[in-house]
Amino acid sequence: MIPHERAMERRQFLKGTLGAASLVALAGCDNLSQTSWFPSILSKAEKLTERVQRAVTPANALAKEYGEADISKVFPANGNTDPGTEEYAEHVAKNYSEWTVDVVGMVQTPISWSLAALKELPSRTQITRHDCVEGWSAIGKWTGVPLGELLRQVEPLPNAKYAVFHCADVDEDGIPYYESMALADCYHPQTILAYELNDTPLDIPHGAPIRLRFEQQLGYKQAKYVMMIELVETLSGIAGGKGGYWEDDQGYEWYAGI
Amino acid sequence: MASLIYEGAGTSPGQEGGPISEFAMRSEPFPLKEPLAPAHLIADQGDIPAARSVSASVVERVYRHRLPVRISHWLNVPILIILIMSGLQIFNAHPALYWDDRSDREHPFISIRPMKTESGEMRGITTILGYKFDTTGVLGYSDGKRRAFPAWATIPSAKVLAMGRQWHLFFAWALVINGLFFMTYAWLSRHVTRDLAPTGKDLRGIGQAVKDHVVLRHPKGEEAKRYNVLQKLAYVVILFMVAPLIVLTGLTMSPTIDTAFPWLLTLFGGRQAARTVHFIACFTFVGFIVIHVLEVILTGFFNNIRSMVTGWFVVKHEAGR
Repeated sequence: MIPHERAMERRQFLKGTLGAASLVALAGCDNLSQTSWFPSILSKAEKLTERVQRAVTPANALAKEYGEADISKVFPANGNTDPGTEEYAEHVAKNYSEWTVDVVGMVQTPISWSLAALKELPSRTQITRHDCVEGWSAIGKWTGVPLGELLRQVEPLPNAKYAVFHCADVDEDGIPYYESMALADCYHPQTILAYELNDTPLDIPHGAPIRLRFEQQLGYKQAKYVMMIELVETLSGIAGGKGGYWEDDQGYEWYAGI
Repeated sequence: MASLIYEGAGTSPGQEGGPISEFAMRSEPFPLKEPLAPAHLIADQGDIPAARSVSASVVERVYRHRLPVRISHWLNVPILIILIMSGLQIFNAHPALYWDDRSDREHPFISIRPMKTESGEMRGITTILGYKFDTTGVLGYSDGKRRAFPAWATIPSAKVLAMGRQWHLFFAWALVINGLFFMTYAWLSRHVTRDLAPTGKDLRGIGQAVKDHVVLRHPKGEEAKRYNVLQKLAYVVILFMVAPLIVLTGLTMSPTIDTAFPWLLTLFGGRQAARTVHFIACFTFVGFIVIHVLEVILTGFFNNIRSMVTGWFVVKHEAGR
């Protein structure tokens, strides 16, 4: 065989192989994504990320706080922008005067706070960055009551590991939104139940009258329209068992530190 | 160890005897016999009749890549492809880039969006610093879908941010672990100092190297045993600048990591700026991969692949000179 023939044959072989390999590989990735076992392997990375991030992050280290000048002119609202239920509409009509935040579950003394009662507790104001899982960021000024303050009053039982936030919004199938976080993170000084954004009471798209701010994690963890906080030992019995609406529905990470 | 195969009877290896170091790039300089004539014979052309001894060439096999380098290299192939394609999936969830900490949606640095023309037709428009380009078919609008990067460029191909993130965050760890493994090996084995770091002589020859590369004239013979200066610079920039940059900017997008290491935000000028740098670093990788694969093909595909699979690389010398 003369050399250039051989080179041509090699080129053909190369082209065919690469083309076929890339098609097979792409189809393979799509197929793997639809199995149940492969994503469960991928999700092992979440555990590793959580372990490493917790190890390198001091418990009370503060997320960066910005100045007034840094506040976003428009703070986009994502996810549900109005619960749309009759009950919620009634609360809006009454200016949330009957809205309560109930802290229940594995606690010594369950307590129900009215909005007015929450506003009488010590408050914290922080200008922080909100990072949406989609990729964008917005800076806003939040005022609210530190969650740790409520927890000190209800006294969690020793076995309580998670706080579950039950919200007033439901999806089109009537499934309520909920989120959860590790109890330890609830005591972070910047973890607050916010009732003001940029010096005005929260509006409906941003979670009126109460939403969570958990500055170390992504936007979908910042539950809006919070009605009840339930302390539990395990997340497995709640809804889909993965600790949150988006976690159950879409497979988003529960540990949304990144 | 290198071994020598003599093609053609009657010629003597002469000065080419003696042991050659495991690392071709480190081997003692051969007595100069430049200029080396271009080798006309293909590497693995079996036996040649003795009659051709006059013009016979000597084929030298050198052990070019050690096992840890080869393992790390091939692991990077799927890891990088998956990271790039799942990264484009994540980008598609908010197909715009900004500087600073915030997303000022009125003034993105780059955005790739579907837009309707006055006649109601859908077009893909890529905007860079306010300048609009119609990129329908690839960016912004492709195969009848409103998406920044097309289905063939993302993992998964459908628009599924959650799954794209799972792929990306898993293989990001794989890249970091493989990278740490390679870095540890490369420093301890002195692969970095011996083979990758350009020497002063290398750098002085950079002008000629650029000219040679432009006309696709690649080092032959003895020179082909070590990395050339452009190759060294490309590897050094990718390994020690772009790879750490892409990891650090990735970490800067994490609100928890920003809490632990706020200086990362200062370093990159904000979280959105870090996202933009991450994207630019990604396309630096894409550019590197394209040129790398092109050079692999141009400089002897099978020889190159063999050397990255088995470690053995074949260099041809004109003998009997």
